[in-house]
Parts: sequence; structure tokens; C-alpha cells
Amino acid sequence: MDCHTLILTGAALSALSGWPAVALPARSSTGQSLAALMNVAGCGLGLAAVWMFFVDGPAAPLSCPSPVPGSDFIVAMDGLSAFFLAPVLLVCGLASIYGLQYWPQREGAANARRVSFFLGLMTAAMVVLVVAGDGLLFLFGWETMAVSAMFLVATEDQLAETRRAAWLYIAASHLATLSAFGVFALLYSQTGSFTYSTLPDSTSAAAVGMAALALFGIGTKAGLMPVHVWLPGAHAAAPSHVSAIMSGVMIKMGVYGIFRVASFFPEIPLSWGLLTLAVGTISAVLGVAFAIGQHDIKRLLAYHSIENIGIIVMGLGLALVGRATGHAEWVLLGICGGLLHVWNHALFKSLLFFGAGSVIHSMGTRDLDVMGGLGRRMPTTATCFLIGAVAICGLPPLNGFVSELLIYLGLFGAIQADKSSMASAAAFAAPGLALVGALAAACFVKVYGIVFLGAGRSERTARVHESGPAMTGPMILLAGCCALIGVAPVLFAPALDQAASTWVAADAGLNARVAELSLSTLAPLVPVSIVAGILFALLAVGTIVLLRRVRTSPKSLTWDCGYAAPSARMQYSSSSFAQWLVGLFGWALRPRIHLPKIDTLFPADVDFESHVDDTVLQRAVNPATRFFMWLFGLSRHLQQGSLQVYLLYILLIVVGLLLWKPAGS
Amino acid sequence: MSNLLLDPGLVIALLLNFYILTVTSLKEVIYAVALQGALLGLLYPVAHTGFSMADRAGSLDAVTGVRLLGLTVAIVAIKGWLIPRFLLRAMRVADVRSSLTSTIGVIPPLLMGGIGTALAIVFARSLPMAEQHVSHLPIPAALATAVCGFLVLCTRREALGQVLGYIVLENGIFIFGLLLIEAVPIMVELGIVLDLFVGVFVMGIIFNHVSRAFPEASVEHLSNLKE
Amino acid sequence: MFDSLSIHSVLHVLTVLLFPPLLLGVINRTKAMFGGRRGRPLLQTYFDLAKLLRKESVFSETTTWVFRFGPVVGLATALVAAMVVPLGHASAPLAFNGDVILFAYVLSLGRFFTMTAALDTGSAFEGMGAAREATFACLAEPVLFLGLLVLSRISSSLEMNALLGDAVARGWHASAAPLLLVAVCWFVVLLVENCRIPFDDPNTHLELTMIHEVMVLDHSGPAFGMIIYGAAIKLFVFVAMIVNLVLPFRTGNSLLDWIVFLLGTLFVAVLVGTVESVMARLKMAEIPKLLIGAGVVSLFAVILLLSYP
Repeated sequence: MDCHTLILTGAALSALSGWPAVALPARSSTGQSLAALMNVAGCGLGLAAVWMFFVDGPAAPLSCPSPVPGSDFIVAMDGLSAFFLAPVLLVCGLASIYGLQYWPQREGAANARRVSFFLGLMTAAMVVLVVAGDGLLFLFGWETMAVSAMFLVATEDQLAETRRAAWLYIAASHLATLSAFGVFALLYSQTGSFTYSTLPDSTSAAAVGMAALALFGIGTKAGLMPVHVWLPGAHAAAPSHVSAIMSGVMIKMGVYGIFRVASFFPEIPLSWGLLTLAVGTISAVLGVAFAIGQHDIKRLLAYHSIENIGIIVMGLGLALVGRATGHAEWVLLGICGGLLHVWNHALFKSLLFFGAGSVIHSMGTRDLDVMGGLGRRMPTTATCFLIGAVAICGLPPLNGFVSELLIYLGLFGAIQADKSSMASAAAFAAPGLALVGALAAACFVKVYGIVFLGAGRSERTARVHESGPAMTGPMILLAGCCALIGVAPVLFAPALDQAASTWVAADAGLNARVAELSLSTLAPLVPVSIVAGILFALLAVGTIVLLRRVRTSPKSLTWDCGYAAPSARMQYSSSSFAQWLVGLFGWALRPRIHLPKIDTLFPADVDFESHVDDTVLQRAVNPATRFFMWLFGLSRHLQQGSLQVYLLYILLIVVGLLLWKPAGS
Repeated sequence: MSNLLLDPGLVIALLLNFYILTVTSLKEVIYAVALQGALLGLLYPVAHTGFSMADRAGSLDAVTGVRLLGLTVAIVAIKGWLIPRFLLRAMRVADVRSSLTSTIGVIPPLLMGGIGTALAIVFARSLPMAEQHVSHLPIPAALATAVCGFLVLCTRREALGQVLGYIVLENGIFIFGLLLIEAVPIMVELGIVLDLFVGVFVMGIIFNHVSRAFPEASVEHLSNLKE
Repeated sequence: MFDSLSIHSVLHVLTVLLFPPLLLGVINRTKAMFGGRRGRPLLQTYFDLAKLLRKESVFSETTTWVFRFGPVVGLATALVAAMVVPLGHASAPLAFNGDVILFAYVLSLGRFFTMTAALDTGSAFEGMGAAREATFACLAEPVLFLGLLVLSRISSSLEMNALLGDAVARGWHASAAPLLLVAVCWFVVLLVENCRIPFDDPNTHLELTMIHEVMVLDHSGPAFGMIIYGAAIKLFVFVAMIVNLVLPFRTGNSLLDWIVFLLGTLFVAVLVGTVESVMARLKMAEIPKLLIGAGVVSLFAVILLLSYP
């Protein structure tokens, strides 16, 4: 049995996993357990297939006839797809376990069956999309994924907000689908088939069109900055384990599309690389800036997805710059940094969404400003969330640091490079990445501090309890994975090397040079482990010293500068913590601030509010939509509702057609 | 020799641009602009001798030397002493606020100035340069200073801030002039000084009218004249 | 990555462990001299640390393990950061390609946990301090990295030993202006990262106006000792970087080089003390302006360097 058969069996199992729940009674928890079991089994088979691929090497492609005449569906797993498959399978499997307690069928009979059904279908669709070896199967998987994700976003469709988010999502998603169609149609026009292959040249209009459609069209799915508008709403509206899948792996499918299309080009102009790098940097900086202003924990995490996709695209941009200027080491560092960040983001972002789900499940709200002090009541969730938070800020000794380090190495390589080339402009992304890291740290200190530390800001925090093992288990596993990649990155270098060599295969000259290099010689992966060891040793020593010293300490109140009656409401809130940074980024964030007016000596109770809406959505997309609604609304005058008028239309058109003569004839 | 003095001088002039864009105290901006002007005046003989020596590989004759000295003193005196004095006096007489305000905040113009300087350097690299331009910095410095002056001109609300922006813009053009000394010596030298006089004169007149008509010398009042 | 365990490595570790508190003493003495006072003893910080280690800690009821863990992380990260910075001619014991990134990020890790520990107390003041620290870190980090870009281009390396080594000496001949700008900007970073006037006043008595000090208001006993010690090491690390940058010249005699380096650090400490004495603290709203100004200047330094043929 080769890896293709195995992974397709797994995908089939996942796709069918929803049927038992549909067949069994609505309130039976057996159905959901069966569904989870089948999906986990399917994902397990898939992971086995990925393992097999990395151990045994690629298998012969499978093909079967497709509905489109003259072309076949091809299944061909290569280094790049195997690399993207691993997080898909891991996160989807864990999410269905998590869902057992997060969205139990016994309580939410109305929609839990739907969640199970579409979760399995979406898993299978993503697997098919990634293992596809041609554009048709890719599109097949893509569309199935997009539609099942829409049903998952619309799980709570009794809420107007959720319905709006789902519509926006499906509209944006179809823009991406349309672009993907465009990309593969252009591929067909250039090479005569839908199969993935190298284009004859990179300078033709079709090739340029493909590149632009990939970055800005497929990039819609990935959530790159100007075209990210659907992302925050959809992630916030979906159930948390679905958000984990969407943010952790589904948007990565957009990234996969961009990476895949980029591998078709035989050579890359320098301007494409710099443009990609710039788009990535802008996404990263503005994504995290918007995140800082949010009060809704899931919207906040969603904006961080935009940031991390930006970092991944920065890696891609660096690799493209490397290809344009013939620097094999930048290519390797950029592509490996980007790809490793794909894994890392899948791990820590699903961890964070699981953690957020655990909090929301207990608190019943997503609003940060009513939380506080949850760490004492849900210690496992809090600790896992903290690990995720440190990881997403790219801090050592966890995984985020490793991928960012790789990208930094490449970017600093660019400033040391040849003296007269524009390639050194790439180096300006490095301070941008540093800014992103500092902003992310600010944001996650805020989230972790407001949610888990301090005193509870509302009465609800007193009734909070730790989540069950089906929810904490996946979190612990993901936290472990984050630590493993951070502490021993060298284990993953061979897989990264293989994925990178797949990606540059189109560029024959560079391919040979990339093959000579290996990530473990280019990047200090072993020293990273040693530093992690030193850090852990120092932390252990420090903790022991401190614990020995403070065993008999008395407890007291927090020092509040002599004020006698401090209350929990006086703590810094998420809004006040972010105020400075939101102000500094005010030119992009456009915060809405409602300042109370105080004009008497003893004013009544007043409220202060500040909101950060999505600037692109509010200022560009919504006005444009309103304009088109108005424009097409004009045609409503045609709809008169009387049969006579409609008959008249028919008559007019027939007459018109009779009179109309095509220009050429 | 010329490079050794010219480049650091221009770098300081560029740093003064950033300072002028950041600082809101009117007095400090005036001092900074004066310093920049005096510095550029001092750079004038440096640039001149640099080009002459590259050309003739010899010493200066006496007449050129005296002319050079005279002009340097004149430029430094006008840019570094007369104009700032005039401005400080205007500040006192018209009783304007001692701080400048900006229409779009302080930080955006500063960032734009930084980016403008970057672009100026990138742009200057693509220009064809004459052999004799031994230093690579004057053109980007000229462009960047002009851009920064323009930014001050665009963003400061007060009339005096506008005058200062205009002078910075002039300084940028002066740096351009440094490059042309060799080609058209006297014309450029006269042009520099006249330009300055006219500029300050015109702005002074506008300023006086503004301060007479309105209690506070802010150019935003000019929009009241709109029908 | 480790060179053979030489006498320099041992000296490096010892210097990092023992020397930093002296810098705080020197700064304090400088400020006292400007104020016309005699000031406390130069070694006072050592006495303070010894005393704090013997004291009991008082913990607030709202705090969790995060609060106790914060000082430990702060100290451990400062130590790791100190291990990658060369001290004068003596190269760092821990060195690899890309260790400058580790340097910046490991300090960030320490800051992350210091801020988290502050929020753990649930005090409005400590939240305020954490928010300010987070904001200023965002503005200071790009300045640091722009400086690294300059040095990285000059030395064609991304390893601290090379970055702050002989290449800098050559750099002062070929491209003095960018290096000078970087040195000035990094001095600004030093002041802001170590909470010095004009950004923060370590000696103020009003919680409302503080940044770093207000974050550690609730720590006491050994934990507070760890914070002070960690802060001293962090200050020493930044001072060492600036000394490396400004005094890259070697006499060739190992002992003499050590003396020159240590005198250099003391001189920078005096400089910090002087700045603290002659300047007033900036208004809070002015701080971002100064930091962004430093960022623009360092950006200019990079571009200037790139424009050199």
C-alpha cells in the first residue's frame, strides 16, 4: 500500500465521518463520538501516509478520469504537499476530539450534527486539495472546503452577526475561487494541461496574470492585508474548534496555493520578490496593530492570523528575492522559514483558539473586559494558553522563534549582499519583523493578563471551571509540539529541505545549488537547542532558589498606593492597555472613541468606549458594496409585477434582436 | 579633502531636517534652521575648493580666495544671523504662540521625512552624474532637504512655521547650487542670495498682513477668505 | 560554537556575574556629585542585593505562579543575553551565526514575563507600567534592529563577536557617519530599555509617573533582588555593546584591553548619570516622538551606508 492509497482512504473515512451522526437520533452522543472516532482515524491514516512519504520517498502518481474531457484527476504527493498535510491532519483530528466536549450533541442538537458532518467533509476536502497534482482536483477540493467552511461558520445561524459573517466569508471565498479558476485556466493556456508543471516563461502576460491572481486572489483566502476583510468576522462567529481549523489550517490552503503557483515559474523578476515581501510586511504589521485594538478574544486572535500569514509571505518574498538574484541560501532560508512558520502557526494558533474556546465555554462570552483572574480556576487552560502566547510572539525557546530566526537570517543576508543591487531593500523587512514581534508581545501580554491574571472583572468569573479532558488534552498535545519544535528544530530540517527542493524544482540552475545546501548547515539549529537548554537550566535554578527562600511568606493585598478600597474594576482593561499603541497606529486603525463629557462638579456615572473596526471593510468594501447595490437596484424598476409588462419586455427584446445586426456581418 | 568635510556637513544638515520636523518649540526650530543655513554657508567654500582642486590641481589665486571668503561670510551672516534675527523679532512683535502645531500630528511628517530621505537617496543613485561630482551625497541631500522643507510648509499651521519651511526648502535648493558652482559661478551665488531675500520678503509681507487682520497668525484663517 | 574553555570565558562569566551592580553605584554617585551630595557607597547595590536575599517575601492574594516566575525569567534571560555579547576584545562564550537575533528576542522574553507578572497583581498602576513598557518596547525594537543592519553590513556577519569586533574598527575609517548615528541611537535605546531619565525616573516617588519601577512595585525579598540584579545585568549588556561600538581598538595586550573595556563601561555609566542629572524627564507624550525620531535617524544611517559606493 503506498502513501497515496493510504491518504485517500483516510480522506474517505473523514468525509464519511458525519453520516453516523446524521443517521442516529439527534440527541444521541454516540453519533458524535462515532464521527470523531472516524475523523481521528482518517487523520491518523493520513499522518501515517505523510510519515511514509518522508521515510520511503514519493510514490507513483495516481490518476483517474475526470468529468472534464481530456484531462485526468491526478493525485501526487510531493515534499511541499506532504509538509502542508501534516498540520491539516493533526489540527483537524484534534479539533474533532475537542468538539466532543465543546459542542456536545446532547446540548446543541439543533446544529451539532451539522458541525460533525461538515468538519469531516472539510478535513477530507483539504486533504484532497493538497495532494492534488493538477488544477482540477485542486479546485474540487478548494470549493468543497470553502462551502463546508461556510456551513461551519454559520453554525449559530440564529444570530444575525453570524449570518453576516458567513455571507461575507462565502463572498470573499468565491473571489478566491474565481482567482484560482483564473490561475489554472492561464496554466492551461500556457502548458496545454491542468497538471502542475513549469511555465515556458515568466514574462508573458499570462504568467504575470497568474502571479497577480495568486497573490491578491488566492491571497484573499490566506487573509493578506488589503483582502482580509472576511477573516475576523468569520473566525469570531464560528465555534472555537472550527475557528482553530480555519485559522490554523484552512487559511494555510491559500498560502499553499500561493506557494504552489510560485513554484511554476522558471525565473522570478526581482520586483515580484520585493512586492511580495512588502505585502507580507504590511500584513504582518497592520494585522498585529489591528489585533491590539480588539476587545473580542476571537477577533483578536483572528487578526493575529493575518499577522502570521504576513510573516509566512515574508518568507516567501525572501525566497523569491533569492531566486531573482541567484542566492540559493536566501531561497532555502526564506522558504524553510515560511514553511516552518506554517507549521508553527497551525500549532500555536489552534492551541490559542482551543484555549479561547475553553474560556468562552466557561464564561459564555467573548468579551475580554469582563474576564480576569481565570488562571486560578482553570490552570491547565491558562498554562497552555501562556505557552501558545509565548510561541506566537516568536520568543525563544519555543517554535515561533525558530521560524522567525530563519527569516531574519535571510533578511540580514540581503543587507550584506552585493553593493549595488536593489536586493538590499529586502533588508528593511527585518526591522518590520522586529516591530511585529514587539507588538505581538504587547498584545499577548494584554490578552493573557486581562483574561487569566489579576482579579475577576465580573461575577461570572467566579463560576468558571476547568474544561474536561477532551478539551485540555488536545491543548496539552499542541503545547508539547510547540515546545518540541522550539527545543529541537534540527529534527524537522530534513522535511524542510525536501519541501524547499520541491519548491525550487522549476529553476534548474538554482535547484542544484539548493540541493547542495542544507538547512542544518545554514541555520544555527543546534545552538538554538543548546540555548534552550541553558535557559531551562537557569530557570530551574532560579525557581529553586526562589522557592527555597520564600516558603514562609505571609500573604497580603496588592499595594495600591495607599488607596483603601481598591476594586477589580479599577484594573487596567484591554482598552486602557492598548490605548497608546492604538493611538500610535491611529492613522490606520481609525479607532472610534466615545469620550464622556463631564461638565459638572459631581458628574453622574459616565461611560467611556473605544472600538477598532476593520478599516478596509468599513471604509472601502462597504461603501463599494452600497454603490453596487444602488447601481443594480436601478434595475428593480423593470420588475413591475404585471404579466402584461413582462410580455411587453419579451416583445421588445424580440424586436430588438431582429433589428440588431452584429457589427461584422 | 572636500569629501572629508562636505559629507559630514551634509549629514548634519540632514539630521537637522529631522530635528526641525520633530521639534515643536518655535524658537528651537528657528535656531535649527539658522544652524543649518550657517552650516551650508560654511560648506560653500569647501565645495568650491573641492571642485577647483579636482579641476586645476592647483592652489587658489588671491582674487578667488577673497571672493570666496566674502561670499561665505555673507551667506553665513544672512542665513545664520540676519534671517533668524528677523524671525525672532517677528515672533516677539506679532506675539505669536511659542510652539508650532501641525495639521497631521508630529509623527507622520517625521516618518514621511525619513521615507522621503530614503527615496531621495535611491532616486539620486539612478541619476547620471558628472565625473567631477566627487561626492555622492549633495544631490540626495538637496532633494531630501527640499522634501523636508516642503513637509514643514505643508503641515505647520502657523505663518512663521511656513516661513521656516520655506527657508528649509531654500536650503535644499542651495545644496543643489553647490553642485553648479563650477559651471555658472556668479549667477548661482547671486541667485542663492536673491532667492533668499525674495522669499523672506514675500513671506514677511504675507505674514504682516495676516497678523494685522487676525489676532493670531495662523494660515488656517486664510481659508476664511474663501467665498 | 563554544571555543575551548579559555581563561577569557571564565573571566567573561565572572565579569557578567559580579561587575554589573557596580555600574548602578557609579550612576548614583555621578548623580549625587551633580546634586552636590556625597551619595551612597559605590557598592551599595551589592549590599542591597545581599540584604534582599535574606528577607521574606510578601505576596499579594491575587497573584499566581506567574508573578513569582517573572523575576526568575527576567534574570535568566538577562544572563543568556550577556553570554552572547563580547566584552571588549574577549569574544563571547556563546556565539553562533544569528546570535544577535537571539539576543534581542531573549530580552523580549524577559520583558514579556516582567509585564505578565505586573498584570498578575491586578493593580491599576502596574497595569499602567506594563502598558507603557510594552509601547516603548515596540518603538525601541526597530531602532535596535536598524542599528544591527548597519553593523551587519559593515561586518558581513550576523554573529555578535564579528558584528562588534574588528570590523567596527575598520568601519570607523570607511563609514564613520552611520556608525556614529547608530551609537547615538543605541544610547537612546540603552536609556529607554533600562528605564533611565529622560524616559523613566528610577527614583521617582510617584507611582503614576513611573514605567519600570511601577511594574515591580509588588515584588519583595529575594524576588525583588532578582529583579534588581537582572536589571543591572541588562544595563551592563547594553553598556558593553556601546563600548564595543565606540572603542573597537585593541592594544594587543590582553590585560590592558580588559582594563580599557572596564574603564569604558564605567565611563558610559558616568555618561548615563550625567544625562540623568542634566536632563528633566520628558513628558510622557514626548517619549514616542523621541523614539520614533531615533528610528528615523537609524533608518537614515542604514540608507546612508547603502548609498556608499
